[in-house]
Amino acid sequence: MKAAVIVFPGSNCDRDIQVALRQSMGSEPQMVWHKDADFDDVDLICLPGGFSYGDYLRCGAMSAKSPVMKEVVARANKGVPVLGICNGFQILTECGLVPGALMRNSNLKFVCRDLHLKVERNDTVFTKQYQAGQNIRIPVAHHDGNYFVDSEGLKALEDNGQVAFRYSAKDGSVSEASNPNGSLNNIAGVYNTKGNVLGMMPHPERLCEDVLGGTDGRPMFDSLVAALS
Amino acid sequence: MSEITPEIVAEHGINEEEYALVLEIMGREPNLLELGIFSVMWSEHCSYKSSKKWLKTLPTEGPQVIMGPGENAGVIDIGDGNAAIFKMESHNHPSFIEPYQGAATGVGGILRDVFTMGARPIANVNALRFGEPDHPKTRHLVSGVVAGVGGYGNCVGVPTVAGEVEFDPSYNGNILVNAMTVGLAKADRIFTAQASGVGNPVVYVGSKTGRDGIHGATMASAEFDDASDEKRPTVQVGDPFTEKLLIEACLELMQTDAIVAIQDMGAAGLTSSSFEMASSGDMGVELNLDQVPQREEGMTPYEMMLSESQERMLIILKPGKEDLARSIMEKWDLDFAVIGTLTDSKRMVLKFHGDTVGDLPIKPLAHHSPEYDRPWVSTPDSKDVLASDINEATDTTDALKTLISSANMSSRRWVWEQYDHMVMGDTIQRPGGDAGVVRVHGTNRALAVTSDCTPRYCKANPVRGGAQAVAETYRNITAVGATPLAITDNMNFGNPERPEIMGQFVGCIEGMRDACLALDYPVVSGNVSLYNETNGKGILPTPVIGGVGLLKDSTKTATVAFESEGESLVLIGSSIGHVGMSIYLDVIEGRREGNAPIVDLAAERKNGDFVRSQIEGGFVKSCHDLSDGGLAAAVADMAIASNMGAEVIKPAEVETPTTAWLFGEDQGRYLISIGDAESLLEAAEEAGVSAVVVGRTGGNDLTLPGGSTISVAELRTCNEAWMPNYMAG
Repeated sequence: MKAAVIVFPGSNCDRDIQVALRQSMGSEPQMVWHKDADFDDVDLICLPGGFSYGDYLRCGAMSAKSPVMKEVVARANKGVPVLGICNGFQILTECGLVPGALMRNSNLKFVCRDLHLKVERNDTVFTKQYQAGQNIRIPVAHHDGNYFVDSEGLKALEDNGQVAFRYSAKDGSVSEASNPNGSLNNIAGVYNTKGNVLGMMPHPERLCEDVLGGTDGRPMFDSLVAALS
Repeated sequence: MSEITPEIVAEHGINEEEYALVLEIMGREPNLLELGIFSVMWSEHCSYKSSKKWLKTLPTEGPQVIMGPGENAGVIDIGDGNAAIFKMESHNHPSFIEPYQGAATGVGGILRDVFTMGARPIANVNALRFGEPDHPKTRHLVSGVVAGVGGYGNCVGVPTVAGEVEFDPSYNGNILVNAMTVGLAKADRIFTAQASGVGNPVVYVGSKTGRDGIHGATMASAEFDDASDEKRPTVQVGDPFTEKLLIEACLELMQTDAIVAIQDMGAAGLTSSSFEMASSGDMGVELNLDQVPQREEGMTPYEMMLSESQERMLIILKPGKEDLARSIMEKWDLDFAVIGTLTDSKRMVLKFHGDTVGDLPIKPLAHHSPEYDRPWVSTPDSKDVLASDINEATDTTDALKTLISSANMSSRRWVWEQYDHMVMGDTIQRPGGDAGVVRVHGTNRALAVTSDCTPRYCKANPVRGGAQAVAETYRNITAVGATPLAITDNMNFGNPERPEIMGQFVGCIEGMRDACLALDYPVVSGNVSLYNETNGKGILPTPVIGGVGLLKDSTKTATVAFESEGESLVLIGSSIGHVGMSIYLDVIEGRREGNAPIVDLAAERKNGDFVRSQIEGGFVKSCHDLSDGGLAAAVADMAIASNMGAEVIKPAEVETPTTAWLFGEDQGRYLISIGDAESLLEAAEEAGVSAVVVGRTGGNDLTLPGGSTISVAELRTCNEAWMPNYMAG
């Protein structure tokens, strides 16, 4: 498998994804500077977390207009898998690859902690090595992760099975009590209609090693390697 | 007619004696620009004029030290050709006036001190002190400072892994925001500010210069009064996004061989950076201020030289490397300008619109700043409170509940969950334990970092308090299994012109010195913040210590969480039940009385070495240092962290009254849990270390001698509720 990690000015989880990919791939992903729209053909494109362009204007809004994003959108539309984590998810919504928007957390505070997520589907390239309905522990770290989409959009997401993950409690239940940021229907991640683009606020790349406190993030990268190699 | 009136001199914080020295150095009357430069260079903040004499007495050397105080940050050897670079710095005054920006730019400034030396920042720590919770400003200040620390650190992508938050009425009008950064560099690729090479270009990179922060260093060197809010325009505004670009751009430039010297523009901006670089290389410099990138129109030389606009660096390049450096800065969308050249004149010559607008000798200004031997008096001894002087708690468990639900003992989860403490993917121990632990990227080594100070001890007995602050960092680092290597200090005190305040400073330094020597734990960097007073009332003496230690094998670490049921709890170190100045006495009996605990440095070292060897040997299941709230508070922390109960049993031979035994704050102690207590006790006896079994882990409840039983769930609720409830109030 060949993977590319797009690096924007202000990205700060680019190395973290690089490390997680390297561990699952056994080889180096390509790090692509945002001004370089002409990067190699790859099997997977990752948009990392961080504060691209300082979150100025709106989170992800300026990066969505970056030269490289035209190319990412074109390739995504051809079916290349794209994974956007945290700020990467915000960029995906801003460029329309996934529906909805990420608003300020409902308590107006940055939140960094481990949370539980319910895996909705395990039939995508991202989640084959999880079980459907599995409850996994993955950290979040964001100020603007409050997922919103209009009621028609929400219905479409739910009807098409485009919800990837929901914030859950340790026992797997999904309720307002397990919602860290006010997201509609506890949505933590969504797919595009074809299922080849995934945007998610939680950081699976942060829990891929026992020494860091857990490995529930690793199956996502292993799934991608297994599906795309 | 003279441009410089006595009023103008006074407004610049320069006294008559100092002005006489200015005239002597200049050989003429200075112009306003030159006077402004003297003012910031000789401010307490930049010149250490009241503290220098005493700082010199601190031990700064050791086999692990690569560079000690005097550089932007201290540098220590951590093996495998790597170095850790770290420093702590205060941003107290700006944070009181504008908490978000004050705290944010505090973090930004200390990050620059570290990456200017060639290190990638890998951990942030912050020590915050606020006024009493009921003070009308406190909630607003906590909210703004925490958001500011997080806003900056989260954006630049450096994990905030440790810190402290304390409340005390003495900080009502003068909060403390002390920020520390630890960076990682190759030991043979350290960059300094030492300029060399006549004709080499002086280059400005980063953000443009604006009118913000003019005279920030002078403000940080004066007392506050009720009109201090009017100083808001002197607070700088931070842009962490630009800082992130600046980090990446500088580290990229440092991979080339283009740099002769590099210095961040911190306090006193362009003035202090250019003077420090020229001075440490014994060079002269000529700056053309027309070339300085400017954010606003019509800026005067005075404003440009004194601006404290953030996210700027000054670099001396090798000849012919301008294009290379420019291309890297432009890649990162940062300003780049050649603003001057090095000369051999040993003078700073400032040009503007073709005229020479300033001409000052460098060495006398930078190095011959006034140095004061301020009069001081020793802090009188406090009458101690003995274990027998306090009432036995009617229910020790109730007392514990009250303690861990109090402002100063409650969980800081509300704070550190607003800081990204995992970014960079190397955080092995997150906040909430004894020390933050971050892996040295790509290796099996890790650094342990912590900050500590117990100001109420320092008030009661500065010598003991100074030693205790150093010892507590040593203990916190040891408790995670790491070897303490070196410290940075952030000395926060009141007005040094008052002999009793100066006496606190002198006493704390003495205690710190003793501890550093006894523990082979030198000071490699530091910062002094004086004049922390409002309307003549000083803060508690607060010498905050930031400690750094090394884990050679990051898998051989201990946490505060019990591993399994049935482990024995072993108390390491002797207990006499010292209750003077304890949290128990303060919170439960409402008495802040007595002396600080004795710090037996020989025992501190022996106990620390023993605990570390047991963790390294893989015997220890969990470990926690004993500090505020003593044994009872430590066992509560451990139960909450592991979500497992424990029973504490007071050994029959212990004669100390139960309340003092549980809550006393004797130093040099640890609580560990272990499977095989017998072997440990034997090893302790051989090592001459006091060790005694005080209970076992298991169940869902905590039981204390002399107390009722409480569920761990309730303990957690008590401990975690105060901070969010308070902030929501």
